[in-house]
Amino acid sequence: MTEKLVIIGNGMAPGRMLEHLLEKAPDRYQVTIFNAEPRVNYDRIMLSPVLSGEKDYEEIIIHGDGWYIKHGITLYKGHKIVAIDRQAKTVTSDHGVTEPYDKLVIATGSVPFIIPVPGHNLPGVLTYRDLDDVRAMMLAAQSRAKAVVIGGGLLGLEAAAGLNAQGMDVTVLHVMPTLMERQLDPAAGYLLQRAVEERGIKVITKANTQAITGNGKVEQVELADGTVIPATLVVMAVGIRPNAALAKEAGIAVNRGIVVDAGMRSNDPDIYALGECAEVNGMVYGLVAPLYEMARVAASQLAGDAAAAFVHSDTPTKLKVTGIELFSLGDFADGDDRQEIVLRDASAGVYKRLVLKDDRIIGTVLYGETADGAWFNDLKKKQTDISEMRDTLIFGQSYQGGAPLDPMAAVAALPDDAEICGCNGVCKGKITGAITAKGLTSLDDVRAHTKASASCGSCTGLVEKLMVLTIGDKYNPAAVQPMCGCTTLGHDEVRRLIKAKSLKTIPAVMQELEWKTSCGCAKCRPALNYYLVCDWPNDYADDYQSRFINERVHANIQKDGTYSVVPRMWGGVTSASELRAIADVVDKFEIPMVKVTGGQRIDMLGIRKEDLPAVWADLGQAGFVSGHAYAKGLRTVKTCVGSDWCRFGTQDSTGLGIRIEKFMWGSWTPAKVKMAVSGCPRNCAEATCKDVGVICVDSGYEIHFAGAAGLDIKGTEVLGLVRTEDEALEHIVALTQMYREQGRYLERIYKWAKRVGIPEIKRQIMDDAEKRKAYHERFVFSQKFAQVDPWSERVSGKDKHEFRPMASVGFAEAAE
Amino acid sequence: MMNWIAIGTLSDIPRRGARCVATPEGKIAVFRTADDQVYAIDDHCPHKGGPLSQGIVHGAAVTCPLHNWVISLETGKALGADEGVVRTIQVKIDGERLFIALEALASRAA
Repeated sequence: MTEKLVIIGNGMAPGRMLEHLLEKAPDRYQVTIFNAEPRVNYDRIMLSPVLSGEKDYEEIIIHGDGWYIKHGITLYKGHKIVAIDRQAKTVTSDHGVTEPYDKLVIATGSVPFIIPVPGHNLPGVLTYRDLDDVRAMMLAAQSRAKAVVIGGGLLGLEAAAGLNAQGMDVTVLHVMPTLMERQLDPAAGYLLQRAVEERGIKVITKANTQAITGNGKVEQVELADGTVIPATLVVMAVGIRPNAALAKEAGIAVNRGIVVDAGMRSNDPDIYALGECAEVNGMVYGLVAPLYEMARVAASQLAGDAAAAFVHSDTPTKLKVTGIELFSLGDFADGDDRQEIVLRDASAGVYKRLVLKDDRIIGTVLYGETADGAWFNDLKKKQTDISEMRDTLIFGQSYQGGAPLDPMAAVAALPDDAEICGCNGVCKGKITGAITAKGLTSLDDVRAHTKASASCGSCTGLVEKLMVLTIGDKYNPAAVQPMCGCTTLGHDEVRRLIKAKSLKTIPAVMQELEWKTSCGCAKCRPALNYYLVCDWPNDYADDYQSRFINERVHANIQKDGTYSVVPRMWGGVTSASELRAIADVVDKFEIPMVKVTGGQRIDMLGIRKEDLPAVWADLGQAGFVSGHAYAKGLRTVKTCVGSDWCRFGTQDSTGLGIRIEKFMWGSWTPAKVKMAVSGCPRNCAEATCKDVGVICVDSGYEIHFAGAAGLDIKGTEVLGLVRTEDEALEHIVALTQMYREQGRYLERIYKWAKRVGIPEIKRQIMDDAEKRKAYHERFVFSQKFAQVDPWSERVSGKDKHEFRPMASVGFAEAAE
Repeated sequence: MMNWIAIGTLSDIPRRGARCVATPEGKIAVFRTADDQVYAIDDHCPHKGGPLSQGIVHGAAVTCPLHNWVISLETGKALGADEGVVRTIQVKIDGERLFIALEALASRAA
């Protein structure tokens, strides 16, 4: 019979333990996880890149929902365990779920240490621990105001760099004389401070925080020497302590952390602990490598291997701030029995220090140039006698054995058991072995199979070099798909640079971004035209020669070169006079086919290009405007008859649909946008497979998005419920604008949403009123230039050349 | 005999664009590139007969609006992996005025 394994906590350590356990003993346990955070397992090491905006939450998920389903694991999200009953062998959550266990794993992690100064509990004081903290910081950063980070260690500096990248004015307060004093000697600490200050972050060392003050929220931080620093956000990043309270209440032995033996077992033989909450041999840990080692040991123990034991090893520290290279390992305090080798290169901003004892490396600090970190780590681990190479040791591996080697050769020279990925304990031989045995050709594959560079990512360069060494040209490092053959840049990069460099014409983009062709191609030109129309609505002159024919002539080209014409029927509602006008046009121009479309309007097919302006003129007389049935823009808003007619209707769905269409018509979007509004959950307008849909309910309007019913079929995601029609319109407009600003050309909403993450979109549109209003405003501004009926413009003579031949030749002679 | 027929002026055609010349044998597409080169080819893609004059002009090539074949304006040949060729027609620019050579038409008319 399967045993019941219950895990309290769903961080990286228990996640890794489960991976090992599923490998070793896949059927032994029925697993239940309680996670106090309302989400799946994600890579906490990558929170700093999320804060700085370099990554999205979706990119740092380790185990998505599907993983838990696939392995039959029950995950209670947002359930905090409040009691362990060791007699009954059960745990109980704050939502009242009680679960029995045969084996229990406690992985409650750590809690941030809060300095108990007056004002530490004011609104605006945050810690830096999980995704909620990061989101709160990003929200605060929108004010572009002042932030104070208390703590100049690893976490504090990463938080400061992230907030700085988000546009805040940041001051770091550090109680010690130099930054990161536990990992860096004073010289490197000084270089680091200079680098941090060069980024515009202020650093105050020897800063003793005395109080945080403000009227109902944070307004300033006061230091013991009387200095007062204004701030609207204070981040406390002064350290963590093991979260062992739950274990203590249950009567399990607790010292600093939950006391476990080398097999990760507590004094209750059925209860294990691992991760930051565990204390083994008197040590507690906060870096990922030893935590993953604990995970390996615990999994082996649970699988029945009683010999598996945790062994302490030093872990190198790296700072994850883009542009700052820093590596520190081991013990680097001065001492009589120790010698040191130091290299300084002030102009290059390089500082390297090796601490030796008995001709062996015991500590390393590298700043500015860290490529040799892996090699020094290897020498230290193996206790290699370095007396032979002492003179050149500090110059690194490439200088050993005579002539300097290139970096590639340095990697090639590493022994197979040299550790490449410190986070996951992956050595060179394991990586090259997997590349060869499994025929891996991409970095993602190597990450999936070996975990190398899959956590903090700082060894990515080394892993890539190994790939080149192993498979040569077959490794293609281009991670971004270029827009087209004219450039090496991807869509996102181009969009970012258009804004960053204020590029406002297609030639300017091509010049500045070094296009490889003189005037682009049919792929990049329409994309660039859209990006410029979207980003500079009032400045950019739309380049019609860069538009696909349908958008250039505002009709749909058909296979025989004729066109089809679809006038707008607001919300799918029409009238006798409109239908009569259409009938007259059909007769007059002998239009061969009239068809009702899937978008609740009427399509006239087989119109000669030369006739288009005349057809539009007649339709315009009856009040019709272009339906943009050809546009990467707002197409239709389907509706049902709603509360005006239907006995089930809850709201005026027809009215709302018409209102949305009248507000949004004419807007250009990355790909077509189709909408629908249904008056009740019976959903007659089929709103749940649209780009944006609304389901009216008694209590308001449920907004849906990211559906698809074309190449792919996909039900919508729910954005949220709003109370009034005005709110519904504002949310839909903001969502569309967010998509307009972020979508890649031809990328439908559902693909964009998958890329940026549904939670992120909900956060910006539903939760962040300020952001929503800003999106809304930008859309409204852009509409001032977009809402011009293209048909009436052409009836008045615009682009005349499009609709008539430049000459007719040969006919006169032929008639003779 | 080469028969040069006036079809209009350079400014009749937008840069990176095309206009059509109607003939009894079908339309001829006349292209003007970004650097004011002018080319004429049959307005009929070798693939499925798409109107090349409606395509996006880039460099000395046009992308057919129906299925994205790329046709060289100089040679009339399909570029890339596709195979096919469309007739090219000689063009002469005299100052602003444009002429195309219509041998076949002229001889038939004569």
